Amino acid sequence: MLVVDKITKRFPGVLALEDVSLTLEAGKITALIGENGAGKSTLMKVLSGIYQDYEGQIIFKGNVVRFSDPKDAQEQGIAIIHQELNLIPYLSITENIFLGREVITQYGTLDKRKMKIRTQELLDKLKLSVKPDALVASLKVGQQQVVEIAKALLTESDIIIMDEPTSAITENEVEVLFGIIDDLKKQGKAIVYVSHKLDELFRIADHYVVLRDGKSIESGEMKGITQDMLIQKMVGRSIQVMRKQACEAREDNLIAIKRLFLKHPVRPKEDLLKNVSLSVKKGEVLGIFGLMGAGRTELLETIFGLHPFSSKSEIHIENTRIIINSPSDAIKAGLALVPEDRKRDGLVLGMDVKTNICLTTLPDLEERGFLSNLKESLLSKKYIEELKIKTSSPQQQAKNLSGGNQQKIVLAKWLATKPKLLLLDEPTRGIDIHAKSEIYKLILNLADSGLGIIIVSSELPEILAVSDRILVMAEGAVTAEFSSEEATEDSILKAAIPKSVYENQL
Amino acid sequence: MNLQNYRANLIRFQSLIALFILCLGLSILSDKFLTVSNAWNVMRQISVNICISTGMTLIVLTAGIDLSVGSVLALCGAITAGLLRNGIEIPSGNLYIGFTLLGAVLAGVLTGSLLGAFNGWTITKFKVPPFVATLAMLTIARGLTMLWTQGFPISGLGDTFLYLGTGWLLGIPVPVWISGIIVLIAVLITNKTRLGRYIYAIGGNESASKLSGINVNKVKIIVYTIAGALAAVGGLLVTSRLDSAQPNAGTSYELDSIAAVVIGGTSLSGGRGSILGTVQGAVIIGVLNNGLVLLNVSPFWQQVVKGFVILLAVIIDKSNSKND
Repeated sequence: MLVVDKITKRFPGVLALEDVSLTLEAGKITALIGENGAGKSTLMKVLSGIYQDYEGQIIFKGNVVRFSDPKDAQEQGIAIIHQELNLIPYLSITENIFLGREVITQYGTLDKRKMKIRTQELLDKLKLSVKPDALVASLKVGQQQVVEIAKALLTESDIIIMDEPTSAITENEVEVLFGIIDDLKKQGKAIVYVSHKLDELFRIADHYVVLRDGKSIESGEMKGITQDMLIQKMVGRSIQVMRKQACEAREDNLIAIKRLFLKHPVRPKEDLLKNVSLSVKKGEVLGIFGLMGAGRTELLETIFGLHPFSSKSEIHIENTRIIINSPSDAIKAGLALVPEDRKRDGLVLGMDVKTNICLTTLPDLEERGFLSNLKESLLSKKYIEELKIKTSSPQQQAKNLSGGNQQKIVLAKWLATKPKLLLLDEPTRGIDIHAKSEIYKLILNLADSGLGIIIVSSELPEILAVSDRILVMAEGAVTAEFSSEEATEDSILKAAIPKSVYENQL
Repeated sequence: MNLQNYRANLIRFQSLIALFILCLGLSILSDKFLTVSNAWNVMRQISVNICISTGMTLIVLTAGIDLSVGSVLALCGAITAGLLRNGIEIPSGNLYIGFTLLGAVLAGVLTGSLLGAFNGWTITKFKVPPFVATLAMLTIARGLTMLWTQGFPISGLGDTFLYLGTGWLLGIPVPVWISGIIVLIAVLITNKTRLGRYIYAIGGNESASKLSGINVNKVKIIVYTIAGALAAVGGLLVTSRLDSAQPNAGTSYELDSIAAVVIGGTSLSGGRGSILGTVQGAVIIGVLNNGLVLLNVSPFWQQVVKGFVILLAVIIDKSNSKND
């Protein structure tokens, strides 16, 4: 029904999709799988008309098509259910579902009655027992997800793309959803199903397509394939980095953190961090693994002075107790934080590479009260060379660089502060494979030179490859600690799954 | 390559080119426009807006806005005038404090700084959006001006004070000196100092700036304080030129100031723009005002024209940044 033929999509500095092909058949469910950053989202955005400037072609019902925008794709019969919810909170369910496709009476006013009836039908079909007039803001996340699905079902689409539709809904709702998918399949629709939950795919999918690093690696029938084989194809590699010399038993702790607590900003009875204690030695890489909501990012942010500090907590650096109330205190104490979202928190995208690198150390770059252009140039040049930042010049705006090079700018600006302890939050998120391995090497080199490093990551292979020691967090508390020798993917994952969920599954 | 350079230069100097064309047109249409006395006249008139707009630019670069500058200008002018003329009398204590010229001027500028600092404080401490915080200050300062003056102008301020707004120094009007020095300092601050860099960084990405150890709140309070002080300087110039502090002085000056900033190419979302751009914007507005008066265009039409010029400037600016 739909053939994707050698699609290539470039972003400035990054090849997001390279010669990707796939075929969708009516009445079949195709599972699209791949790691984070493999290109799944980009491919779906191409299919649903969000990106128009790609190479290659899409053949839909025998014709070459190029959708001008998402509405165009929708009208031609391709509906997409996004992973992020695209609902407007202070409109009702009905208003959301009919947004942009309102039914009009003969007098030109909104035909609210008709829309409400249709919404009720959809909600009944999806077994969601809320009123069509309910505000979306009043729904639980899982219910909102169902509304998102209802929105996609409103128009008679031939192809329905579902991006992680079960990421926020409960078991029961998943069952309902699978029932609906079965119905849709019987009606002859082609469905693209994207999910990390492999067991789901085995339950419903007919075909699979594996994406890796922007290329379509393999496709075939789900029948006769095992979960392990799929994982093999997705990963296709284990991270190989030169292991640094194991951190010698240097006695002294560089940093010791005792009894860290953090209250939930809105719900004061909830703790985001519960009594977290940890220590890092000089030259040691401490990996912290946890699932979404485990408190990993909050931990780093609290250490860095971004959240109010509990009176019970203590931070000692080189055996001296210090108080950190703000990022500038943290910087003075020798800490540096490479944040999770570099575009939001790491860089001033509209400024050039040089200015970004110099931003943390301006007091050192002054001469008689004025900034010294020479000193700034020397500093930025030094790091551009040392970290091999690929930029046409130091005056290039940061936003024009690829993700990997942007991340190196963030690293550079922190290395310029000569930190003792580097906090890395998902340092390789969204960057390509080559830049990833460069960053791993850099991390290990820095550790070898005596820096303490805490790295937070949701990628297990990454944690296993670079850490000397691994802490696992779940629901704001440390649940396990492993040395790099004894750690395995299984044991880490087991410790990371929140107890409540884990016990329910047993 | 050459074509690209040409284009880039065209964009870079577009406000200057616009200004040149404007002047050319006006000198053809009116024989009074291109005269030395008119040139000084225009510059004297715009120096008030330049003072205010310099502070406004700093604020807009941090992605903020200050709607209170007009009222603050009026209050500070009135305070200086009042102190100069009447001093402070406290009847119950039989106390009278007289003010020297310098004392009165400093008191005016100090008032402006304090009101600016207050703006910065409410914006950073209570997270009041700058638009709302300074809108409140607009009303507060205007009300205080009315209270201080009892609604009547304060006039007869002495020749020395009049020198500020009407005098000449080395063949150049004093207000032009004052605004010129302010611009010079502001250019130095924005281009050459840490504070300036922080201002751009905060406007470009506040969250990243905070994480980089920049004390964002402190920088913002400083910037609003500077803007308050510069509005006060504007108030002194206006009061001195008229030899009178009018209770309704400076009404809607914030709009001319924002217009100058925007025409000068500073982005209202912060992080992008320059002081010199704003100066060009202020000159364009000033020349336009002057030209329309010389051409006997009705004041009602003047406003319409000015509005369209602002729109045009922003549309051109947007289309340029899109092509970037």
